[in-house]
Amino acid sequence: MALLEVKNLTISFGGLRAVDDFQLSINKGQLYGLIGPNGAGKTTVFNLLTGVYRPDEGIIKLDGRDITGLKTININKAGIARTFQNIRLFKEMSVLDNVKVGLHNSHQYHTLEGIFRFPKYFKVEREMNERAMELLKVFDLDQEAGYLAANLPYGKQRKLEIARALATGPKLLLLDEPAAGMNPNETGELMDTIRFVQKEFDMTILLIEHDMKLVSGICEELTVLNFGRILTQGKTGDVLNDPQVITAYLGE
Amino acid sequence: MSKTYSKLNLSKTTKSNFITYLLVIIVYLIVQFLIAGGHMSSLMKGLLVPLCIYIMLAVSLNLTVGILGELSLGHAGFMCAGAFAGAFFSKCMQGSMPDMLRFLIALILGAAVAGLFGILIGIPVLRLKGDYLAIVTLAFGEIIKNLVNVLYIGRDSDGFHFSMKDSISLRLKEDGEIIINGAQGITGTPHDASFTIGVLLILISLFVIQNLVNSRDGRAIMSIRDNRIAAESIGINITKYKLMAFSISAAIAGVAGVLYAHNLSTLTALPKNFGYNMSIMILVYVVLGGIGNIRGSIISAVILTLLPELLRGLSDYRMLIYAIVLIAMMLLNWSPKAIEWKERIRETYFSGWKSGKGDSAKTAAKGKGVR
Repeated sequence: MALLEVKNLTISFGGLRAVDDFQLSINKGQLYGLIGPNGAGKTTVFNLLTGVYRPDEGIIKLDGRDITGLKTININKAGIARTFQNIRLFKEMSVLDNVKVGLHNSHQYHTLEGIFRFPKYFKVEREMNERAMELLKVFDLDQEAGYLAANLPYGKQRKLEIARALATGPKLLLLDEPAAGMNPNETGELMDTIRFVQKEFDMTILLIEHDMKLVSGICEELTVLNFGRILTQGKTGDVLNDPQVITAYLGE
Repeated sequence: MSKTYSKLNLSKTTKSNFITYLLVIIVYLIVQFLIAGGHMSSLMKGLLVPLCIYIMLAVSLNLTVGILGELSLGHAGFMCAGAFAGAFFSKCMQGSMPDMLRFLIALILGAAVAGLFGILIGIPVLRLKGDYLAIVTLAFGEIIKNLVNVLYIGRDSDGFHFSMKDSISLRLKEDGEIIINGAQGITGTPHDASFTIGVLLILISLFVIQNLVNSRDGRAIMSIRDNRIAAESIGINITKYKLMAFSISAAIAGVAGVLYAHNLSTLTALPKNFGYNMSIMILVYVVLGGIGNIRGSIISAVILTLLPELLRGLSDYRMLIYAIVLIAMMLLNWSPKAIEWKERIRETYFSGWKSGKGDSAKTAAKGKGVR
């Protein structure tokens, strides 16, 4: 059974149908790509999936559970975590603390246990530190754990955002243009990281990307959006050679 | 590797908190020493309790402004709510229980009432952002102060009487007494406040705030400040943590209010003590000490409270110099060049101190200032 099942998803802003009759089915462990020209509605799809917008129509099912119309925090608890096109880190907090905020719901103690420093506080904090450092190590960020997130170089900020999303223990990871603003070297490195995450965490990943090298390099299947509608869907190789897709990207 | 780091991180934070406690205790001991040696004028002695009150207000407002990242201009309103709740209780219970116990309950009650006001006001207000939130908190602060000014409560053998009109409409019997008399406020509050109690309360406030900031909940609060959308996307309950920070901040302001009420024989809600001038003065302490920097709030509250008194000899030029010092401190603390210079000094002479980076409150303060 598919991990993520989206049927008939539609949303309008005023008279504009930003996403129209969107379908998607992603199997567990798949690396899936969502591409399309600027303004095609890719990020809107992400915002619909994560509860930022409520769809006008349609059903979103995660692992068989209907999550349509849930609030963002409950969708995260249900198992979807995301990164953002324009990086949204907690800039005035340390790299380690950024990941520890991601562990907020999986590692709990009561506010009063925190203020009065009960033994549980120390136990849970230690577990959080260890788990966060493990995650940072995966992304080669462990040396920078004490830095302010704002002081990291761009590429590492992108990685930290992925680490923070993974800290929430999602079933599905949404990456919104992870390679935006990266040079070819960094992109290459990022591709390795994404593949690594897929294998190591047994993660299902849906990503939006403009960089065709990255898309053709790692995505197994693709959906192409144009003007809010699905242009074509299928295996990466077939989709990228589809004359319709080439027209949408390059014009007639 | 990860294990050593986690230990290191905890001890660093604890160390930084410890320095703050130590600072307060050392100042306390010095003051006690000065008093014992007779080196302190009665004017200065009279300033000690207000000083404690200002420090508590500054530290608690820093929780809202620095840690939660919302500009609140109604802090004196919460202080007002706490002051009247505490004074009301003390006035009613005076003589019927031991003084210390009564004062302790008054403090807790003041915190609870102010905290409750924090939640009630926070629910509508925290939906707003930035300037709008500041304006609405300003309004709520004034509302609390003005409500208290028309509040009449009296007591006689029948029980409590309540009115919003005047003291006559309370219809008290002959044996009755007016407890809260509208704009005349509460008279005859017992004088329980002392410098020692003030310092104890400062230490408790610091304990609560610093431990909160360095816990799971504190990180959630700071994540909302840094990026609300991202915080929501990783499952942080925005409303819950905003309200938590706001009401804890209000509760500590309430405690400061109770201390204030028990330092004066007459408690009235004037623009001077509970109006927006007061709220803005507290905000000045917070901004000057560094937004998000708890220790800085304490230091700036001390300096700015003592400064006008120390300059008293200069009579007319007093407030002029106060203003100049204010501007100079602001420039020295927060201009980019000055920060650069301080960093350089720190790196060359105190390179060992750089380890403070693990401390979230401190790093937060540094980052905020630069921005």
